Amino acid sequence: MSGIRVLVGTRKGAFICTSDAGRGEWRIDGPHFGGWEVMHVHGSPLEPDRLWASQWTDWHGQVVQRSDDGGRSWTPVGNDFRYRGDPGTHLWYDGTPHPWDFKRVWHLEPSPVDPDTVWAGAEDAALFRSTDAGATWEELPGLRRDARSGEWMPGAGGMCLHTILIDPANPARMYTAISAAGAFRSDDGGESWRVATGGLRSEFLPDPEASVGHCVHNLAMHPSRPDTLFMQKHWDVCRSDDGGESWVEVSGNLPSDFGFPIAVHAHEPETIYVVPILSDAEHYPPEGRLRVARSRTGGHQWELLGSGLPERDCYVNVLRDAMAVDALDPCGIYFGTTGGQLYVSPDEGDEWTAIAEHLPPILSVEVQLLP
Amino acid sequence: MSLRGTPGAGVHTVRVALPHHLRVLAGSGPEVTVQVSGEVTVHAVLDALEAAHPELRGTIRDHGTGARRAYLRYFACGEDLSHRSAADRLPEEVRRGEEPLTVLGAISGG
Repeated sequence: MSGIRVLVGTRKGAFICTSDAGRGEWRIDGPHFGGWEVMHVHGSPLEPDRLWASQWTDWHGQVVQRSDDGGRSWTPVGNDFRYRGDPGTHLWYDGTPHPWDFKRVWHLEPSPVDPDTVWAGAEDAALFRSTDAGATWEELPGLRRDARSGEWMPGAGGMCLHTILIDPANPARMYTAISAAGAFRSDDGGESWRVATGGLRSEFLPDPEASVGHCVHNLAMHPSRPDTLFMQKHWDVCRSDDGGESWVEVSGNLPSDFGFPIAVHAHEPETIYVVPILSDAEHYPPEGRLRVARSRTGGHQWELLGSGLPERDCYVNVLRDAMAVDALDPCGIYFGTTGGQLYVSPDEGDEWTAIAEHLPPILSVEVQLLP
Repeated sequence: MSLRGTPGAGVHTVRVALPHHLRVLAGSGPEVTVQVSGEVTVHAVLDALEAAHPELRGTIRDHGTGARRAYLRYFACGEDLSHRSAADRLPEEVRRGEEPLTVLGAISGG
């Protein structure tokens, strides 16, 4: 292991932070794509120097870039994202029909089996795939076709497909999550999909137990237990042990069960992390104290971790793709805030230090262990 | 070679002024020159620009429809051409390379 690389997407560019295994001294490189809103930067698990970045502005729309040298240089690749067929309408905020319209890519998920294949989660919500290293993109329309997309509606950030999980042992098994539509599962590599929201309850829906319309904020999975999923929903932290067929709430003693990201410890499948946020109307931490919540019991019992984090006057948010873990021992936990602070805990969350304190608002964080 | 005779005849060397983000993306300076055959229109100039710089495809106009992106405008010779047909002939000064076609970002952002 030669080091750690943290890939950070912000509202004004991408940053790449590197360290040795001690995770105490960091070098920050960037901004890459300065001034662009970088939704996500992610590396191939097969070829760690192959990176993907989704950048976007109102002016110029979507651009995707690929690096084959760990972010030292970048090449724009294809950015033609077209829905297959007529996508019809989804619901608007007021419940009226609204035409589907591509805006941007929220999440890029490199394939665990082919370095030239990468998946893209889009707004308006759809799943795209490139099998030619980003040159061209095709939509997999089964998700819209099979999962009652006419009933999907946008959350505050837009109607976005923001989470893509692939079972590394069985890449045909995939999960996606969409705000505000729900969680979805495919067992055939994304061709066909089923709604995976059994047991979820959302009070903002006319029928709180409806199968479609839940504002799922993020999903997490430990690769050793692909049938167990953890979810941070608009409200509620939930888990499923049957591949998303049924969910139970595990919010337990959290000070608030509203939040955005959720992550699983790299070596302990029942240790999970969330960042409690006061409410959906007040997107900042309870009491102005930034704390990460850790459960070592797969939910229900939580402890608040704040050593090294702001203890007062802190009113930042932590967005859904802005938390990640590394696979060192002890496991490192990373998250970025809308205030531009990037934090690391090299000891599973016990102690935190800032890698950077004055970046633009952080949209996404990914971590790579370099060979 | 640039022809200065009949509009629409020959090949014309046309200047295009790009906004900051597109200069960076294209690895260019503030202006690029493109060779346009035949009628010099917004459509023809952007076709030539995108052929020379494929990385700009989709960043000025929509891939499928060719429609100008909502947050961009086209200016030339002190006029806003954004709402004219992209098939309209551009001013003589643009055709002769004396003035650029300017792609301008709207005053937005934060």
